[in-house]
Amino acid sequence: MSIIKQGLAALAAGVLGLALAQPAAAEPVKFDFWFGLSGDLARVVDTLCKNFNASQADYEVVCTSQGNYDATLQNTIAAFRAGKQPTVVQVYDVGTATMMLSGAYKPADKLMEENGYKIDYSDYFPGIARYYATSKGEMLSFPFNSSTPLMYWNKDAFAKIGKSEAPKTWEDVGADLKALKDAGYECPMAINISANESWQLMEQFSALHNQPIATKNNGYDGLDARLEMNKTKFVQYVTDLKKWYDAGLIKIKSKDLGQDMVQAFASGTCEVIMTSVGDHGTVGKTQKEGMNWDVAELPVYAGTERKNSLVGGASLWVLSGKSDAEYKGAAAFLNFIHDPKTALFWSTNTGYIPVTKSGFDYMKAQGFYDKAPYKGRETAIASLTASEPTEITRGIRLGNFTQIRAEFGTQMQAIFANKVSVQEGIDTLVKNGDAILDRFQQTYPNKTLP
Amino acid sequence: MEKRVTFSRWSIGILFAVPQLILIFTFFYWPAGQAVYWSLTLQQPWGGGNIWVGLDNFRSILSNADYWNSITASLTFAGISTGLAMVIALVLATLTDRQLAGSRLYRVVLIWPYGIAAPALAMAFRFILAPEAGFMAVVNQVWPGFWDPGLDGTDAMASIIVAFSWKYVGYNFIFFLAALQAIPRSLIEAAAMDGSGVIRRFWDIQFPLITPTIFFLLVINITESFQDSFGIVDIMTSGGPANATNLMVYKIYSDGFRGLDYSGAAAQSIILMLLIIVLTIFQFRFIERRVHYR
Repeated sequence: MSIIKQGLAALAAGVLGLALAQPAAAEPVKFDFWFGLSGDLARVVDTLCKNFNASQADYEVVCTSQGNYDATLQNTIAAFRAGKQPTVVQVYDVGTATMMLSGAYKPADKLMEENGYKIDYSDYFPGIARYYATSKGEMLSFPFNSSTPLMYWNKDAFAKIGKSEAPKTWEDVGADLKALKDAGYECPMAINISANESWQLMEQFSALHNQPIATKNNGYDGLDARLEMNKTKFVQYVTDLKKWYDAGLIKIKSKDLGQDMVQAFASGTCEVIMTSVGDHGTVGKTQKEGMNWDVAELPVYAGTERKNSLVGGASLWVLSGKSDAEYKGAAAFLNFIHDPKTALFWSTNTGYIPVTKSGFDYMKAQGFYDKAPYKGRETAIASLTASEPTEITRGIRLGNFTQIRAEFGTQMQAIFANKVSVQEGIDTLVKNGDAILDRFQQTYPNKTLP
Repeated sequence: MEKRVTFSRWSIGILFAVPQLILIFTFFYWPAGQAVYWSLTLQQPWGGGNIWVGLDNFRSILSNADYWNSITASLTFAGISTGLAMVIALVLATLTDRQLAGSRLYRVVLIWPYGIAAPALAMAFRFILAPEAGFMAVVNQVWPGFWDPGLDGTDAMASIIVAFSWKYVGYNFIFFLAALQAIPRSLIEAAAMDGSGVIRRFWDIQFPLITPTIFFLLVINITESFQDSFGIVDIMTSGGPANATNLMVYKIYSDGFRGLDYSGAAAQSIILMLLIIVLTIFQFRFIERRVHYR
């Protein structure tokens, strides 16, 4: 149904594009934007689109939610193969390598330049820009919804063990969890070990500690990169998590089991979780009455020089094969999203963080971070900008990374169910992940990452 | 006088068959042919091109321990859930057929589960079987750690088997009941007058007379357990923990659509298709011999 609608919309856009070639055309140029957010977030995107359409009369963006990130990418690929692709599409962080090799996009920086928009790319937080830029620093897509993980901690529980600050090192975390357990808390810390948690448990941990996930600078320097997290501090980390799990200091919470970790934290069942800053609003809205909590940067091991955390979320790609008129509209739309005022609107209504320094400064000047429900979210910016990105903390540029994340979930589950040892599990993760990377490289025989 | 309709020219016959042939070609042979072609190449997801790799996709799949694990899981799932769904349905149908009190109500109610979409019923069972909040939480309170589908592969497999069987009990029930009611009452009454009890009548009269239905349901249940399990797995376990419920059909989805490995997924589809064909041939060849058609 939506395919048909999209097809018709594309057809309509094409006809309108032709009509625009006539000098007397007054109808706005329509173009499509597909995104992967749903529920509340989708409504915010719809409002954003309405605002854009109301802000000018030349273009009209038609925004369609595809449900989730995976479906958006799948549907876009299917539409592209049928020649009915949208003009702008939201692609999640780990789809970046796949997009770069697709040959199906129009580089965002070139698009803006051709249409006369001047974008100051150094205004983007480096941790965000580098994640989506080529190894040479060109922006092929525009960062859109961005987040980074934080540690959420229950102040009331920590007060019981005489602490008024969140633990900064994993050594402290271990001691605090033990103290919480001794003080009678059933679930000092909640984690989950599915594919999704690869983000905070493996990717972010590795970035904060400047440890590689894969060779070739996490894949930025070539498709022949292979995984190597079985030789880094990550092994120690999983060993500790497993030890704490066995001692009852960590509980596994997931939707499948009845309660996910955000719910477990908000209801006061568990005292510490690590999740996206995007959940800040949810915790605030659903928390137990009167519960005191705060957020902090993720801990690191003692003696580690803390590096920047990685950005999560998605960026906006402009696809190839559209008319000049549609590209003009897309450029205007991207310019609209880039505006600091849009950043304020976006961050206020979602939990996402601003992606540019000017957006962040504008929000600070408006007093956004002083007000109660939003206070604490600036910690995410602090975490993202903790250091200048290194060759390794730029991001992760690996093909089919979704499947590697799935493999992460599988092996973590095997480790926590005592089927394999920590080292064996992570070795298998590397072996199976390398097979995925091998396959990706074979699929693109004569191509290199830009 | 011959009553059969005949056509003066063979081309008219073909003409009548054409709509059906086009349908089969468009919805079966063409996609299946495409899948065979894809399975012999490496497809770039965005359609940038493909490379002919011959049987490499099959080789890499069949040498992968995870894939064999997936086949084992699928066969286990098919065997146990088919057995459960058929035995329970047969017992229920036999009892309903005996006109016990309330059997009219059962006849209507027991058909409902089949009408529920797999993802919806999976969602319901996820709540029912949740170890911390659902029905099983009570069991866990008595024996802590007894039920943990989040980490224990056997528990997770049991969950999806229960959910799938629950749905197909309704389906099987309709067929069993219809078959049982088609048995002439006089046969059963005669046996009763000869002094045979309920169980005896079941084994000696009813069971042999419904073997065609049993055989039909066996084929359908096994085939469906390979295909219709997707929604249940996707909602309840996502193939986990540690691949314990990564059934073949789910693995095709996750490799193909989530992992964008279209060629590998196409090769897996071909293998799944062959496996179902072989299983069905096997059933017709060896089990059908014991079926007595009237």
